[in-house]
Amino acid sequence: MAVERFPVEGGHIMMFARAIGDLDPAYHGAMTGTPAIAPPTFVWAADHYDPDSAVRPKPGEPWVGSGSTPSGTGGPESADLGLHAEQRFEYHRPVREGDVLSAVDRPGRTWTKEGRRGGALTFAERVTEYRDQNGEPVVTSTLVTVRTARPVGAGE
Amino acid sequence: MSAVPPAANSAADGAANSAVDLTLDVAVGQTRELTLVRDLTRTRIVQYAGASGDFNPVHTDERFAVEAAGYPSVFAHGMLTMGMAGRVITEWFGPESPLRYEARFRTPVFPGATLTARAEVESVDGSAGTATVTLAVTDQHGAVVMTGTAVVRTSAGGAGFEDK
Repeated sequence: MAVERFPVEGGHIMMFARAIGDLDPAYHGAMTGTPAIAPPTFVWAADHYDPDSAVRPKPGEPWVGSGSTPSGTGGPESADLGLHAEQRFEYHRPVREGDVLSAVDRPGRTWTKEGRRGGALTFAERVTEYRDQNGEPVVTSTLVTVRTARPVGAGE
Repeated sequence: MSAVPPAANSAADGAANSAVDLTLDVAVGQTRELTLVRDLTRTRIVQYAGASGDFNPVHTDERFAVEAAGYPSVFAHGMLTMGMAGRVITEWFGPESPLRYEARFRTPVFPGATLTARAEVESVDGSAGTATVTLAVTDQHGAVVMTGTAVVRTSAGGAGFEDK
């Protein structure tokens, strides 16, 4: 993910806080005209500002999702996004309404492990650095994805 | 719960200290429990997709999830569970308290789930003004769907970043 500009807006924080079921007034400043604080996982919403996001349908482009067929128009490659195994956030300071963040990421470690039900599990880290408009670090995010030979949860 | 500084919300169990004490009375072994969601709906998962921008159809599209991807149904984003579970930390220590927040997603969370988060203070660093808290999120069957750790500031003047 490369995000050049992720403006942290009060309305977006409010909608995110509603989705996670958190009614803390600190997150709902948009309703009262007070600058909001972002919930700890809010930077996950940076996908909205990633022009190349693989998890957002884009007008005129193929998308893997049901339409006239169960899998839609996307290719098999786009279906393999991996599963989210772990997530780590390190906060250099809280994210607040009015911040304009940017994000760059880099690959981290990769490793494999034998699954409990057989078949190799492949883990891969992706480290994303979020900085503010002054170039100061705000959040360091480490995403760990796992790819499995079969769908997780099927028959478990 | 609070838009006020962590010091003023007297969140610590058994805290009976004076109002001028800027440090939460945090001790190893203290716990908090919070019901995160009852009977998780597909609509709620879609609400999170919209807010987060993660429209992966395994979360949002039942037909795709079942017929194309081979899952029993759609399932929640791990980040929805992590986001919901963050409440037990921020309601206890304040919305600006986290220095680290880490989660491992153990098993998928399917619609119908009722999730409960339990947080426990594992260690306290008095001089740094921080505490390490472990988290476990369980479903209605007692299965642990997420485990996690958070490092939080426990005092307004402690380590980490300055207050607003």
